[in-house]
Amino acid sequence: MVQQFVFAFIVGGAICVIGQLLLDVFRLTPAHMTVTLVVTGAVLGGLGLYEPLIKFAGAGASVPISSFGNALVKGALSEAERTGFIGVFTGIFEVTSAGISAAIIFGFLASLVFKPKG
Amino acid sequence: MSNKKNKKLSPVQQEYQAFAKAREPKRPVLKNSLRAFFVGGTICFIGQLFQWIYITYFGFNEMTAGNPTVATLIIIAVFMTGFGFYDHLAQYAGGGTIVPVTGFANTVASAAIEHRTEGYVLGVGGNMYKIAGPVITYGVVSAFFIGLIAVALKALGGM
Repeated sequence: MVQQFVFAFIVGGAICVIGQLLLDVFRLTPAHMTVTLVVTGAVLGGLGLYEPLIKFAGAGASVPISSFGNALVKGALSEAERTGFIGVFTGIFEVTSAGISAAIIFGFLASLVFKPKG
Repeated sequence: MSNKKNKKLSPVQQEYQAFAKAREPKRPVLKNSLRAFFVGGTICFIGQLFQWIYITYFGFNEMTAGNPTVATLIIIAVFMTGFGFYDHLAQYAGGGTIVPVTGFANTVASAAIEHRTEGYVLGVGGNMYKIAGPVITYGVVSAFFIGLIAVALKALGGM
């Protein structure tokens, strides 16, 4: 229980450090860095290595953006299991729909309410 | 690192490149990494807290609780962006605020707010995904090909 919180902090922090090193040492732009992490997450998800990390670290693995890549692959594969090849298309957003919908809906609502700052 | 690029430049330009490079401020890699670690870790810790609440009180299990957790964090991040807190935090923590899913929400919300002066359809609607777009595009394309490969391997293995 307490363990899981500690692992979430450490693993989540470690993934952020990887991102920071990609920015500072490899001189990537933030966009290139997040894309790299997402594709890495998708590859790890395809190899079945990301789920164990989520089991181990909970939100430490599911909150960083790399889990977005994993969730896309997971949606595609689990739907493909049921419906075959077509499932890769129909299932790809299945798991991530909550995150993307929330970002779009609340991002839009925010633009109604808030004014740009400085 | 840019030897190939330098070959195309004239000697004067090369001299300038060396001059500029020597004066470019050194990036405090260790300090940045520590900040990223603590802020990123804290965001994940908060995520874990929500996950625990969803599991304990709302009947989600370990595998399904990730979804509402991410959505909750996104909503919080959008509000923090609107009030201008998130950008301050991002200036301090760098990768620690970009890597968690809250950074994704921040890019969507800040682009939406920034472009509202250009109108709600072309400004907000069109520019909202300007920064978040690459993540969605490359995520979906890579997931598609990985999905195809996995399905193909399974079909071959099943024969």
